[in-house]
Amino acid sequence: MKKNMLLELFLTFLKIGAFTFGGGYAMIALIAKEAVEKRKWITEPEFIDLIAIAESTPGPIAVNSATYLGYKLKGFFGAFFATLGVVLPSFVVIVIISFFIEEFRSLEYVNYAFTGISAAVAVLIINAALKLYKSLEKSWFSIILIIIAFLLLIFNVIPTPYIILSGGLIGFISYMIAKKKTVDHI
Amino acid sequence: MSVLLRLFWAFLKIGILTFGGGYAMIPLIQEEAIANGWMTSSSLSLVDYIAISESTPGPFAINIATFIGMNEAGILGAIMATLGVVLPSFIILMFVARFFARFSSNLMVKSVMKGIRPVVVGILLAVMVTFAIKAIFNVNVLDFTFALFDYKALIIFTIIFVLSRLVKKLSPVLLIIIAAGLGIILYGLF
Repeated sequence: MKKNMLLELFLTFLKIGAFTFGGGYAMIALIAKEAVEKRKWITEPEFIDLIAIAESTPGPIAVNSATYLGYKLKGFFGAFFATLGVVLPSFVVIVIISFFIEEFRSLEYVNYAFTGISAAVAVLIINAALKLYKSLEKSWFSIILIIIAFLLLIFNVIPTPYIILSGGLIGFISYMIAKKKTVDHI
Repeated sequence: MSVLLRLFWAFLKIGILTFGGGYAMIPLIQEEAIANGWMTSSSLSLVDYIAISESTPGPFAINIATFIGMNEAGILGAIMATLGVVLPSFIILMFVARFFARFSSNLMVKSVMKGIRPVVVGILLAVMVTFAIKAIFNVNVLDFTFALFDYKALIIFTIIFVLSRLVKKLSPVLLIIIAAGLGIILYGLF
């Protein structure tokens, strides 16, 4: 029984890894279908909590979901096999592609195609930004942070890791201030 | 440090700092690429890596880590880079699953994320602007030499943007395929 469950976790996440493109949000729908509807591993509210956790922790959402769900169901080995499953299709496909991509990329018409794609990548990024923006609480606090981060990056003022960590630090400071206020009121 | 360890270390840092989906990794990868001299021996540019990682199955973050690792140091490089980008997730999520039953409703976690999410939006917008300018004007933002204005790239950018806003169901893969087709038509036939 235990072995079967590990195999099932591995195969389910292998399928999730193999059939979603781009990862992240596209993957969420497939995880819901597999883990909630089909296999009844978790309930709908548990799934919503899972996504909230995967989004509030660092790292790819797909890997976060796999590790968390795997661990909840079958401990360390559950986490290990679920994560291995979600990573493996990517790994194999990319390794195979990388053997012939440079030759393929240097073909004339492929080059035209990639020049076209490079204009579209900017669109993909702005759509990701808009999606994330929609999930934000609309406040001056958010708007100001967006503008500051934008300017810091575009003028290359400080390296990106420090910009991200500063965002977290500012969030933490706002928490301490809010906490102090509630303590003062008591 | 050996190439393999540097790949592992770079992607470990990237894994720890990636919030809100794979694209937030792009500026981090860009900075690590400069620091480590990645992509100098390859004819592929960062945009190529992004396009291929987005249009192959699996999480974007894993694809691009495997891809860069593979091109810089072969199969071992691919393993080390992928391991690096996965390991922080793996450890942190097991820790959260074990010890924090109410992690996502924790007020401190929520507050920290309230600071990080807008910052990531700002970062994505900045990356978008630099990529758009680079594609359309063929220059880096800070050069200010807009000598090579590429109206075809502007046309493709506009079409893809409008299309993606009008037809919400179009997946990134489909948008990439359409853009590739437009590229072949505009650059190849005219």
